[in-house]
Amino acid sequence: MTAVPHEVSSDTLTTPMGGQGSLEDYLALLKPRVMSLVVFSGVVGLVAAPGHVHPWLGFIAILCIAIGAGASGALNMWYDADIDAVMKRTASRPVPRGAILPGEALGFGLALAIGSVLVLGLLVNLLSAALLAFTIFFYVVIYTMWLKRWTPQNIVIGGAAGAFPPMVAWAAATGSIDAGSIALFLLIFFWTPPHFWALALFREGDYAKAGVPMLPNVAGRPETKKQILIYSALLLPVTALPLLTGTAGMIYAVGAVAMTLNFLVHACRVFKASTREAEDKLAKKLFGYSIVWLFAVLTLLLVEHSFNLPLFKALI
Amino acid sequence: MNTPAPKVPVQPFSPEDLARRKRRAAAMAIGLGLLVVLFFVTTLIKLGSGIMERTM
Repeated sequence: MTAVPHEVSSDTLTTPMGGQGSLEDYLALLKPRVMSLVVFSGVVGLVAAPGHVHPWLGFIAILCIAIGAGASGALNMWYDADIDAVMKRTASRPVPRGAILPGEALGFGLALAIGSVLVLGLLVNLLSAALLAFTIFFYVVIYTMWLKRWTPQNIVIGGAAGAFPPMVAWAAATGSIDAGSIALFLLIFFWTPPHFWALALFREGDYAKAGVPMLPNVAGRPETKKQILIYSALLLPVTALPLLTGTAGMIYAVGAVAMTLNFLVHACRVFKASTREAEDKLAKKLFGYSIVWLFAVLTLLLVEHSFNLPLFKALI
Repeated sequence: MNTPAPKVPVQPFSPEDLARRKRRAAAMAIGLGLLVVLFFVTTLIKLGSGIMERTM
């Protein structure tokens, strides 16, 4: 009988041990750039909501929304590790890189998801917690597990997940779902398809390699350009919704309409592009502008509503 | 004839692994501490000034 060593080194193991991820790796699991947009749209939802919410409770709501968004990102990276490993843009993420094991990402994501919903429900209100739970479920199960690998309309329906945060924040402030919060939801919902299809145009090869049915590699580039134009045109009436619901005023009206007309100009340029190089170049420009557009439109709402904040009123 | 078992390092984790583990543990401790503060402050805020006016 041969002796069996009591201790093993990582060199002798055939399966990864885990526990190798650094804090930076875990931070990367939270998709901090996406989280920053979610936090910003949440703050706008909170400030634009009628009535007054205690600043501390507002802070907790935004914190829970941010952690919930991070949890969604971690669960997305757990499930999509196979796709991420193939795509250039995502190959260096912690799970495909081997820094964090899929099971670790799953545990981390679930703990944060459950924790954020519980804290929001216990400390703020049940409606906002229920909406946050639904948002995480929608992003992870409906979008990541189902739509993303199944239909080129993945972005259209899945876009709802990114549009919920201002509604969650609004519910945290008011305890209800109003026309105003639905208007904010629709603003982000209709922004998502042209934003991601612009990305898909100049990253078409990546998505095709990973087998993700994005519009350019399923319906073709001309159809994608047409759909970008249609959704960009739809963005114009949707931008007016916060005005109709009384959520926005003149500052927003002037700025948002000008920004959206410029969005439409960018989309027209992509539509008219005749060569592949021109399409890629203009799609990149549209993608960049779409990010600026969302931040600008939300900032306009934020600025307008900041005039109503007690701190601002005390200053003037 | 029995051949002696190959000599393996006693330490299964490298010093870098242990340093990373320590940082993760510290981050978790800070997170839990902040959670306690979050609940404590929220309780005070929700009780409001009435906390000082209760009958003993």
